[in-house]
Amino acid sequence: MHDDAKPIINFAETPFTRRKQRNEKIARAIFAAMVACIVIPLILIVGYLIKEGASLITWDFLTTNPVGGMRRGGIWSAILGTFWLVVVSLLISAPIGVLAAVYLNEYAKENWFTRIVNLGVVNLAGVPSIVHALFGLGAFVLFFNMGRSIIAASLTLSIMTMPVIIASTKEALSAVPRQFREACWNTGATRWQTIWGIVLPNSISGILTGVILQVSRTAGETAPIMFTGAVFYKKIAEGNFFAYGLNDQCMALSMHLFTVTTQVTNAPHALPFAIATVLLGLVLTVNLTAIIVRSWLRGRRKW
Amino acid sequence: MAPGAQEMVAAMTTPKVQVENLRLSYGSKEVIHGISFQIEPNEILGIIGPAQSGKTSLLRCINRTIEFTPGTRVGGTIRVDGQDTSRMKDVYGLRRRIGMVAPLPVGLPLSIFDNVAFAPRAAGMRDRKFLEPHVEKCLRQAALWDEVKDRLDSLGTKLSGGQQQRLTIARALSHQPEILCLDEFSIAIDPVTTMRIEDVLKDLRKEMTIILVTNLTQQARRLADRTMFLWNGEIIELDGSDVIFSDTPQDKRTYDYVNGIFG
Amino acid sequence: MINSRSAFSIYREKAIELLIRICGVSAIVFVFAIFFFVFRGGFPIFGDDRFGLWQFLTSPDWYPTSMSNVRYGTLALTAGTLSVTGVAMLIAVPFGLGAAIFVSEFSVGKTREILKIVIELLAAIPSIVWGFIGLTVMNPLIQKVFGVQVGLNILNAAILLALMSIPVIVSIGEDALKAVPDSYREASIALGATRWQLIYRVLLPAAKNGLLAAVLLGVGRAVGETMAVLMATGHAVHIPHSIFDSVRTLTATIAAELGEASEGSPHYSVLFLIGILLFTITFIVNLVADLVVKGVKNK
Repeated sequence: MHDDAKPIINFAETPFTRRKQRNEKIARAIFAAMVACIVIPLILIVGYLIKEGASLITWDFLTTNPVGGMRRGGIWSAILGTFWLVVVSLLISAPIGVLAAVYLNEYAKENWFTRIVNLGVVNLAGVPSIVHALFGLGAFVLFFNMGRSIIAASLTLSIMTMPVIIASTKEALSAVPRQFREACWNTGATRWQTIWGIVLPNSISGILTGVILQVSRTAGETAPIMFTGAVFYKKIAEGNFFAYGLNDQCMALSMHLFTVTTQVTNAPHALPFAIATVLLGLVLTVNLTAIIVRSWLRGRRKW
Repeated sequence: MAPGAQEMVAAMTTPKVQVENLRLSYGSKEVIHGISFQIEPNEILGIIGPAQSGKTSLLRCINRTIEFTPGTRVGGTIRVDGQDTSRMKDVYGLRRRIGMVAPLPVGLPLSIFDNVAFAPRAAGMRDRKFLEPHVEKCLRQAALWDEVKDRLDSLGTKLSGGQQQRLTIARALSHQPEILCLDEFSIAIDPVTTMRIEDVLKDLRKEMTIILVTNLTQQARRLADRTMFLWNGEIIELDGSDVIFSDTPQDKRTYDYVNGIFG
Repeated sequence: MINSRSAFSIYREKAIELLIRICGVSAIVFVFAIFFFVFRGGFPIFGDDRFGLWQFLTSPDWYPTSMSNVRYGTLALTAGTLSVTGVAMLIAVPFGLGAAIFVSEFSVGKTREILKIVIELLAAIPSIVWGFIGLTVMNPLIQKVFGVQVGLNILNAAILLALMSIPVIVSIGEDALKAVPDSYREASIALGATRWQLIYRVLLPAAKNGLLAAVLLGVGRAVGETMAVLMATGHAVHIPHSIFDSVRTLTATIAAELGEASEGSPHYSVLFLIGILLFTITFIVNLVADLVVKGVKNK
């Protein structure tokens, strides 16, 4: 660990060494300034969002529907929609993604085919979200005839998150040293017994972190759901967690922010700020949770 | 003859392990070039030779863990108790009959108790009433019981190197093997622990056949009945240890290696 | 040891392994499905008489819905994407690499942890929120600071994209710097080098593969961004002449027009074709970055 942040000790101070030290301080200041240029505007922007929107955020705002052409009222239908999109899509992509990663990392023989698959999975993680939207439209809405619906949008989102879950799970599995597996195989344990007994319990923190991070990503995406199931407005019952059906279209927080900002005229100034703040708050809370889970479980590492 | 007696007689007269014309290739490179030898029941066979001679690969062929390495091809036949190992349907049963101790100590990230109970549980033995005395017996046999009996719940990975190596041996004994393979077991541990384990091996030979791969020629001299000198995937000489380590082994290269002239 | 595993437990294991294999295969299927459906949507346009691939790639005239004179030229859109990405990288690369250097070489312990968390949270901000910021914060800001009429332009989007790409560059760049062996650092200090000399003469050259990969992945992120540029670039389909010009990117075009294109129509297909183009660009960028990084790992 190159933890040495102390200045280099000079035994003979000469103008040369003093100049070197000064150059070092300048270098440090310049790089620190670069970081500040990123962090400070970020804090200012987030602060501005919260300041402008906070006045509207009440319990009623979160639990009642929009009224008056979405200029007044709350955002309940959008929150519920986002909730279901996230839940359904992760219920599909997390189990399949994790098990697929187990297959790729623990079972698959190393040949050109698996190398192509791995390459495909990793690079799919970088596909633009609008291309996912095109895929979802062409495949789920049209080809499989699901129409624009929560199920089509959720499937689109799950295909978007699956490659990332596979990649992060594979990374967590590979972090378990090979000699543990070999020691188990030597005693006559099967591949699955080894995975269940040693590999999975010791990679669960990495796997969990990867899945939690996809929760926030799913909640924040707009393009993939815009053409596959999310709508500007839909009236649903308040207070009912199951107000949406799988075949219904839905509102969503990300979509609602887009709608109110670009489609609704004469909206009160604070409204889009409030929506943005709620969405941002949700996303940042989930990510912080993932970070906390990661460092807590990392502290309990067993080797 | 009474039923079972025929098998017993066969077991007493058949060699424990028969290796016939074994060839091993990693990809296109052949590392074991058609070797043949036998191991008698309850004998301690030492295998010496320079690095990269195929010693570890040979052991991995015997317990078929070579199959976990991609790109390997095995030719020839290995028989255990007369049966061709490559034709055995239950490869896990075969691996349970063979105990393997690797050069580097490996404590699994489980409690010490679970480390030793891992293999029996994998074989289907879950009864605590059986496991507890069994774990104790294996730890005693590995000369580790006294040091860990009060902390069986603590993590196996937190033990010292020498303790972890003895834990590995306990784990190898936990599935009641008939053949015990030790691959340079003393590389990462201190001489005192090595001596203790050597005493353990002298006891264990009454119950099992032992294959001892070692780079310490003195260790082979102390423990092995016969010793094989393996070099570049070929058996240079296989003879009683008294011959191999004497001043007049059958092959001059054996003398050179044993006396440190090369290797 | 006698094998006393119950038949049930053996069958259960076989069932689980079958399930795992099925999931493995389905992941492969999904990966290829994306290629398949996107290409399927775009292919029909090749059968259309009015479409020409050369025109598609090189003409700046984009009139996909014209009744009389339909033209499918994407050059202006590509120029939009390139200009926005280019300016964004002009900002993101120095600041991102600078931040990576600071985090890796100048910060320790708690500061470092906090900085890394802040960068990670920066990466988590959804693109729609960035688009909103571009519209409501950057727009008036740019108008005021630079005295221009319209604040929805290349500069606006470039700043947003820079802020979105910087976390990518910082995290991967920091990994690349961390991968440089400590022995390099120790040798430099033993020779009396300052930290700046260490960075400039030793670390940057040693980590250049990983840093290049970091930049490439940042570019990939910027090229693929949709919502933020949709809201921040204005709606002018033309080749820009200054950073204060409004433009339209490839991604924003799809998002803006897909809603109006009816299924199976030429407009629909050509939008899919733009999707294929985007897919190809980001795939290649990510592939190159992957190979560059593997070059690092093989050292």
